[in-house]
Amino acid sequence: MARAVVNVPATVKRGEIIEIKTLVQHAMETGFRRTQLGELIPRDIIRLFVCTYNGAEIFRAEFHPAISANPLLAFSTVATESGTIAFTWTGDKGFSVTQSARITVV
Amino acid sequence: MEDAIRKVTGGAPLRSGRVKLDVPPLIDNGNSVALAVTVESPMTPSDHVKAIHVVTERNPLPNVLSVYLGPRSGRARIATRVRLADTQNVIAIAQMSDGSYWTDSVHVVVTLSACLEEALV
Amino acid sequence: MPGPSGAGIPPGERRSGYEFMSRETRAMQDDDVTNPGMLWVLDGEALWNRKDGAAGRACADCHGDARAGMKGAAARHPAWDAASGRPINLEQRINACRVGRQRASPLAHESRDLLALTAYVARQSRGMPVDVAIDDRTQPYLDAGRATFTRRQGQLNLACAQCHDERWGQKLAGSTIPQAHPTGYPLYRLEWQSLGSLQRRLRNCMIGMRAEPYAYGAPEFVDLELYLMWRAHGMPFEAPAVRP
Repeated sequence: MARAVVNVPATVKRGEIIEIKTLVQHAMETGFRRTQLGELIPRDIIRLFVCTYNGAEIFRAEFHPAISANPLLAFSTVATESGTIAFTWTGDKGFSVTQSARITVV
Repeated sequence: MEDAIRKVTGGAPLRSGRVKLDVPPLIDNGNSVALAVTVESPMTPSDHVKAIHVVTERNPLPNVLSVYLGPRSGRARIATRVRLADTQNVIAIAQMSDGSYWTDSVHVVVTLSACLEEALV
Repeated sequence: MPGPSGAGIPPGERRSGYEFMSRETRAMQDDDVTNPGMLWVLDGEALWNRKDGAAGRACADCHGDARAGMKGAAARHPAWDAASGRPINLEQRINACRVGRQRASPLAHESRDLLALTAYVARQSRGMPVDVAIDDRTQPYLDAGRATFTRRQGQLNLACAQCHDERWGQKLAGSTIPQAHPTGYPLYRLEWQSLGSLQRRLRNCMIGMRAEPYAYGAPEFVDLELYLMWRAHGMPFEAPAVRP
């Protein structure tokens, strides 16, 4: 499975806004590059990123070929309760990676 | 790019302000350009940013990223890294819960092309 | 007019490529959470702990925790290898262990696994001073590397030293010429959108000079790596770095 790294603070005060940073390993082949023989290399990118917090969707992103390889995405959410924040990347050729992090809200 | 923008706004007017697009004006390499968008908004259930769209003027495809936020976001701010094929304008559009659209744009000088590069075998 | 001496840049004037980058690219390197090179480092950690080969051994079985066992190793390579009778680089050392100790097949040049292991080992030297051993055994190889660095090559008839010793800080097209120190390898190059080795970068340089690049693993490259590390003596190791 492709490597993904997420950065979620382990313990947070209720109501605090936290910044989540995510990084996933993917070449994000644009579909515009050619080999030295002139053949077009087909598009192969991550299309969708979804983040859920104890099962409820809190953030969603649609990627296009202009997103750099090994995509970084940072966004915010309000720390409402303890539980699990889950991250899913899906894309071409059946690409699917999930990662999750536990958060304790005090 | 105008078509891509119209698809987002449905023809509604784009207002300047509230949106801040952060992209360096001169970059090391067009393959990976740091980009952040911040939108002024209380992010309450009745007044929040629903979506942020980033488009470019001169990439092979205009759309770059669309993100969908809500009151649970707390803050309307996202950051990522994008590919820019040429010196051009980059535009961010924020779609608000009240149906209004706000925008900011930055002119970026790119000294090395990203998307149209030959693959090194 | 005599050619460049290959004496290198005086210690007080040595500056890493890091200092020639934009603020944004430096920020990308500084934060382990946003440095794409860390994706390979994490893969490397998994490989370090995975049993492999006919001997069914993991790197960890002999070397223990890499954070202790590999501290400083990357900052000291290329290093003398008695078995091959010449200095070898970190990638070659890893493959020598795979073949000799794990009884596994060697990892291919620039393969994902070799880059991951090299990145993981190199990461353990971060912050340490570059310090390759030059003695009677390694001196001839250092001299060979220096000769490559100072010799005019390719259709452009340029020597590496002409740009990197004599004109660093000046502009070549839109870019500032760096001093060409290997302190960050393997590194994530924005141009490649991937992690890559020093030899990959050297091949890019030679192609840029319109010279025939040496093959991966060529002794000329390892000699040149030894010279470049000697030339960067004392500079802090930064792997995995990010560069344009």
